[in-house]
Order: sequence, then C-alpha cells, then structure tokens
Amino acid sequence: MDEFVKSRIKQVRKGDQNAFGEIVELYKDKVFQLCFRMLGNSHEAEDISQEAFIRAYINIERYNIDRKFSTWLYRIATNLCIDRIRKKKPDYYLDAEVAGTEGLTLYSQIPASQLAPDEEVSKIELQEIIQNEILKLPEKYRAVIVLKYIEELPLLEISKILDLPIGTVKTRIHRGREALRKQLRHI
Amino acid sequence: MNRCPEIITEYMHEYLDGEILPEHKNILTVHLKFCADCRQHFQELEKSIALVKSISHVQAPTDFTQKVLMNLPKEKKKVSVKRWFSRHPVLTAASIFSIFMAASLLSHWSGDDFSVTKNPDLVIENNTAIVPEGETVTGDIVVKNGDIRIDGKVDGSVTVINGEIVNGESYMASAGQVTGDIVEINEAFEWLWYQMKHIFESTMNMLTGKEK
Repeated sequence: MDEFVKSRIKQVRKGDQNAFGEIVELYKDKVFQLCFRMLGNSHEAEDISQEAFIRAYINIERYNIDRKFSTWLYRIATNLCIDRIRKKKPDYYLDAEVAGTEGLTLYSQIPASQLAPDEEVSKIELQEIIQNEILKLPEKYRAVIVLKYIEELPLLEISKILDLPIGTVKTRIHRGREALRKQLRHI
Repeated sequence: MNRCPEIITEYMHEYLDGEILPEHKNILTVHLKFCADCRQHFQELEKSIALVKSISHVQAPTDFTQKVLMNLPKEKKKVSVKRWFSRHPVLTAASIFSIFMAASLLSHWSGDDFSVTKNPDLVIENNTAIVPEGETVTGDIVVKNGDIRIDGKVDGSVTVINGEIVNGESYMASAGQVTGDIVEINEAFEWLWYQMKHIFESTMNMLTGKEK
C-alpha cells in the first residue's frame, strides 16, 4: 500500500496526471468524509476536497516522501476546512437578543426539537441530529473529534495532521467529548 | 459529582483514550461503583462517542476523480507524449521515421553557406552568381543562400534556394533568358516539398528505367 502510493507519487512528480488519478481514487472517500463532517454540507465538502487534491498535486514537490502521504493530505484538507469555517462565520447569532424584545433570543423562535419520549427517531433523523451537534463544536474541537471518531485515526497521527503537540490534541479531544456529552445526553 | 475530585474526570478521559495506567484504572473503577453521578457522567461520555461513531460513512460523488483531473494545471508535455507513444506503437514508428526523414532533408536546408552549381561560365561576386552578358551557360543552375543575376543566357533551369533572382540593369524579363524553369524557394517547407518532389521524380525515373 505504502509502496504503491510511493511509486505513484514518483510518477506524479514526473508530471503524470493519470498516476495522480489513482491516488485520488484511493483517498477520495476519506477526504470527502472529513470535509463533509467538518462542513456539514455535501456541496461545500466536494468543493473543499477537490481543492485539497489540487493543492496536493501542485505542491507535490514539497511532500516528504518518507512520511505518510495520508497525513500530509489530511493536513491540507483539514486546514482548508478550518479556513472555510472561519470565513463563513454566521453574521447573526442565535443567542443574540432580538431587537425590541427583552430577553428574547432567536433560540426561542425555533420550534422545540425535543421529541416526545415515545416517538421513534428514524435512523436518518438521528444521523442529522448528531451531524448538527458536531457542527456546533468550535472548529478546533470539531477537527480532533472528526479525525479521531470518524476517520478513526490514532492520536499521534492527529497531532501530525494538525501540527500540534500530542498533549494539546488530547486536551482538545477531552473538551470536545465533554461538549458532545452535554449536547447528546438527551438523545 | 461536584464534590468529586477533578482527577476522576481526567481518568475517564485517559480511559477513553485507551491510555490509562492500571492504578488509575483501579481508582476509577472503585469510584464509579460508589458514585452515581460520575457513573452517569461516564456513561454519557461513552454514549456520545458511540453516537458520533454511528453516523454512517459517506462517499465522494461518482465523478469526483474525473473532476479533480480536469482541474489540474496542464500536464508536462513530455509525459503525455511518452504515454501517447506507448499506446500507439505503430504511429510512434511512423512518426519517428518521418522525423528522421524531415531532419535529414532539412539538414541540407539549415546550412547558411552560399553554394552554387559549378560552371566555368558563372562569375561569383558577394554571394551572387552572375551569368555575364553575352555568355550562355549550358546546364541547370542551383544557387543556395545567395542571389543570381542573369545578364546573359541560361540553357537550362534555374533554382534559387533562400535567395532571389536579381534582374540585370536592363530589367529584362529573366524568363526570356532562361530556357528551362525558374524556381525560387525561400521557406523550409517549400524546400522540403522540393526535396520530396526530387526524390519522387528520381524514384519514378529509376522505376521506369530512365536515366536522368
């Protein structure tokens, strides 16, 4: 597997785009999934994961062939996602007070999503709820949670992807878990 | 829970990271047995992890790879050419042949030296071959990388490659003074065509048994 990737990358460095196509085939689902869970919509996820592969191709000379290729690729994708999240910060906040009211926020205008206890939650609905809760996490916690529990990567690799000390990664995972616990405890 | 030491929550996360020391694990296990709040806290953590893991895996759209490749910057020429060659061996052989062919023909062209068909009656002056007034040159004349001035007469054809036919002072129509054809060749392509015609003609002559 690693040897396969290495040989393809050598081809890519010579300018062979078909070899790059094989690399895209190999990683497209993982990268798309990472972006989808980070951004929450498939259109943006496709945009960003396309961009990630194109950047990988353009910067292939900078990739250190002795390191794991997927780590480098995930790093490009994660950084692009975080950039995108920061750029599209909402111009209104749900917990901002509605003008001319006292203590009334936008939250109170959203119909209660609390389900009746006997109501069966369909699998799709449940997945949407979980995805939405992940999206509520600040991006620094979201990234570690997605890499750890959706991409199922070891802590060491996450620390390399995010270029953070492993201790910081752990702290973020702990805080991310605590946030999710509060958000998901009633489901 | 509020009364419990912070360290218990720390141990929970160590456990969830799969990096808990045996002695920490013992403390945690014992604590969870007696503290309902912490037990609930721990169960909620495990549940949220299980929920996050449960969301099904998504796949990239079907045309994903195609789209990436379409948007890559242009491929280096040599690679695509190499690949094309390995896919079309017959055409490769044909194109290599024609490259050598063209190269050998063009090598005659690319020389910058002035040259002219040897003929005792021709006068050479500053890259110009002159047919002197009153003289009649018998035979074909080929001038390369230079001009020809025809003041006299030529009993044959005149070919000028990379040069031109300069009329004498009399501005007489040169055609009247040359019995054969007058050809001026000034482009590489024309030169190639001329050579090919030449080769074709001599081949035809060979086949028909005629001697030139």
